[in-house]
Amino acid sequence: MTVDDRFTRDHRDTRGELPLGTRNEIVVGPVSDWAEDFSHLEPEWAADPYPIQDDLRRRCPIAHTGRFGGGWLPTRYEDVAAIAYDTERFSSRSIIMSNYRPPLELAPIGATPPISSDPPFHHDARKLLLPAFTKSAVAKREAATRAFCHALVDGFEGQPVVDAARDYAQHIPMRVIADMLGFPPEDGPRFREFVENALEGVNLPPEERLARMESLFDYLYAQIRDHVENPRDDLTTYLIDAELYGRKLDPAHVAGTIALLLIAGIDTTWSAIGASLWHLAKTPADRERLVAEPELLPTAMEEFLRAYAPVTMARLVKEDMHWRGVDMKADDWVLLSFPAANRDPEQFERAGEVVIDREVNRHVAFGLGIHRCVGSHLARMELRVALEVWLERVPAFTLDDPGAVTWSPGQVRGPRTLPLRIG
Amino acid sequence: MKVHIDPGRCQGHGRCYTLAPGLFGEDEEGYGQVVGDGVVPPGEEQAARLAVANCPELAIELQEEA
Repeated sequence: MTVDDRFTRDHRDTRGELPLGTRNEIVVGPVSDWAEDFSHLEPEWAADPYPIQDDLRRRCPIAHTGRFGGGWLPTRYEDVAAIAYDTERFSSRSIIMSNYRPPLELAPIGATPPISSDPPFHHDARKLLLPAFTKSAVAKREAATRAFCHALVDGFEGQPVVDAARDYAQHIPMRVIADMLGFPPEDGPRFREFVENALEGVNLPPEERLARMESLFDYLYAQIRDHVENPRDDLTTYLIDAELYGRKLDPAHVAGTIALLLIAGIDTTWSAIGASLWHLAKTPADRERLVAEPELLPTAMEEFLRAYAPVTMARLVKEDMHWRGVDMKADDWVLLSFPAANRDPEQFERAGEVVIDREVNRHVAFGLGIHRCVGSHLARMELRVALEVWLERVPAFTLDDPGAVTWSPGQVRGPRTLPLRIG
Repeated sequence: MKVHIDPGRCQGHGRCYTLAPGLFGEDEEGYGQVVGDGVVPPGEEQAARLAVANCPELAIELQEEA
């Protein structure tokens, strides 16, 4: 038996083997016209993107921006769906719209497989993960998740106002994913830093963004090395031992997939839980109905996922082309807004309203096609349990100060400050 | 009435086996599977229609018998 020395080399050494990607000038500041200059990183978008998306869908359904080196924002369901299905012309080589495009040679694997992968590699990398994330696999974590939610509510004792985003929503996915990866649960605050750096730090100067990414990977390689020395029954050890095409995975694949699970597993579900509680806090009729009819929660939850879908993905255009009326250039970004698709009146009746007993709800909060969120069953379990426990323990609550609620900018949107009056 | 899943379209969202667990199940990777021969027993018609109407990939076909 040979010693597994894949992770002993400093991971920075492997970077030199790849050509550099391309960077563009960083443009920040108020948007002049959303149809020609959109930016999902600006405060106006973070505060309330829906009127902007609705306006664009009517007057310019595939908006453009010169920021981020050039990109497009389709807001119609049919366009979002067509791009999600078209992996021939739209690459997942990078799925965070930023001021840096990774080198073409990074495809079809990408930095964080399988979300950053294109066919045919994508299928095989994804297949490795699927069994751990089936509905029945994640159901085994439900009891522990429920107990953890109760413990968080126990911590509210004596407080008339709690921050449901900071003191409740964020901790649930952090704990669940830390358990699944076998990472120390007390590292939650570091996970939050990593998440904010990856998704909200898009417009930081490149050196700073790179340094922050390095700190994430330094942390991950330390955790991986610890698992090489002390294997255990968790996803990290599983990925260290996993094989593809008859050999173990490249170290960058192992670390990239773990980075994906950590980042994508946290603020997405945190956002969904927070947005649902925000809606219920400001909509007493819906809150009272769910307290009285808990069996309606699975249906209501799908409506929260539709109306407040937290996640937007990105694609890179592969070749210059004329696409549905616009001239896309190779390496233009496409912001794949599942939230905008979910509010398209051509696809949904009363698209702009939250209808908690909506029975037909073909929403795309978890994406469409081959990149359907691998953690969707886990997210749904966490969201359902988080809301069940909250409504059982805190049936009456209101927004303490609507003006104090803050939302994250960028591709994962949800409340980051959510003061609720519970006493 | 009979249900059928197009395996070329199914991406494992799992709406069918959540909404109509008597008619659909999951395989070891989370993709939907029709239970038995897909014939919808009496009383399950509404569940079958819900599953069809909520599949984001339009992967479920419902064959109404003449």
